[in-house]
Amino acid sequence: MKATVVVRPKQGILDPQGDAVQRSLAKLGFDVSTARVGRVIDLDLAADDADDARSAVEKMCANLLANPLIESFEIHVDDS
Amino acid sequence: MSERPVVAVVVFPGSNDDRDAAWALGAVGAEPALVWHEEPELPLETGAVVLPGGFSYGDYLRTGAIASLSPAMDAVRRFAKDGGPVLGICNGFQILCESRLLPGVLRPNRQLEFVCRDARVNVENADTIFTRRCAPGQELVIPIKHGEGAWFADQGTFVQLAARGQIVLRYLEDVNGSLGNVAGVINETGNVMGLMPHPEHAVDPLLGSADGGLLLAALVDAAAAHALALA
Repeated sequence: MKATVVVRPKQGILDPQGDAVQRSLAKLGFDVSTARVGRVIDLDLAADDADDARSAVEKMCANLLANPLIESFEIHVDDS
Repeated sequence: MSERPVVAVVVFPGSNDDRDAAWALGAVGAEPALVWHEEPELPLETGAVVLPGGFSYGDYLRTGAIASLSPAMDAVRRFAKDGGPVLGICNGFQILCESRLLPGVLRPNRQLEFVCRDARVNVENADTIFTRRCAPGQELVIPIKHGEGAWFADQGTFVQLAARGQIVLRYLEDVNGSLGNVAGVINETGNVMGLMPHPEHAVDPLLGSADGGLLLAALVDAAAAHALALA
């Protein structure tokens, strides 16, 4: 089963990397008011069904993939 | 038991201040013992633990996140739970936060630049096993060198930590966007501390400052006391 985790800096958390990207985009002439930089983690995992996969990935996020103090995450499970 | 208390320095792949820490600890009276991160146990006679600076696991994912899962960190957790003194320096501080042995997290410096210079820090709490060789409010000069040193916690946690004296060191100026200019924090039970400045680089006036030696010598005192309590 394939799953994707999108980890983002939580709302309200200062994201200096995102700010630098926004400023650079502005320098290139793009009218961008905000940029936030997170990370995408693609997983290939053993799971019986999508629910199983989702609950496993939730545990992965809690234990390693995201730091709940500063990051939020979204899980997408591809059960096709 | 040797006369010098044993201080274990855990070496992770990517640690680069492990030998500096060992040298400095030796200079202030400890018997340093380098412990590879895959070791499941600390040396039997360990009186204190130092998690050194560096870039464990190339800072992959988040600084300190992967190192926090090393076998040696399970041993460090048990050691800390039993009241053993643990000091995390720079990357070691990041590892302690990711291990949830210390509150908060270290985030990229606000200016997105690696800072490498002497920093002036204030001893906010001199009544800890790590700072008791310092006077309350004493100003220390200790070098900093980090890209991810902006300590952060939610406001409620921060207020609570400050009220309990768990904010041990603060920068005297804003060096990296750290919340409340926090440079070092201690856990609630007072035996685990982390700081971004590098005391191991400030143990001899020839190196510009010997102020770091005050913190490390206090750690060695604590190591001797802990080893004695275990004996």
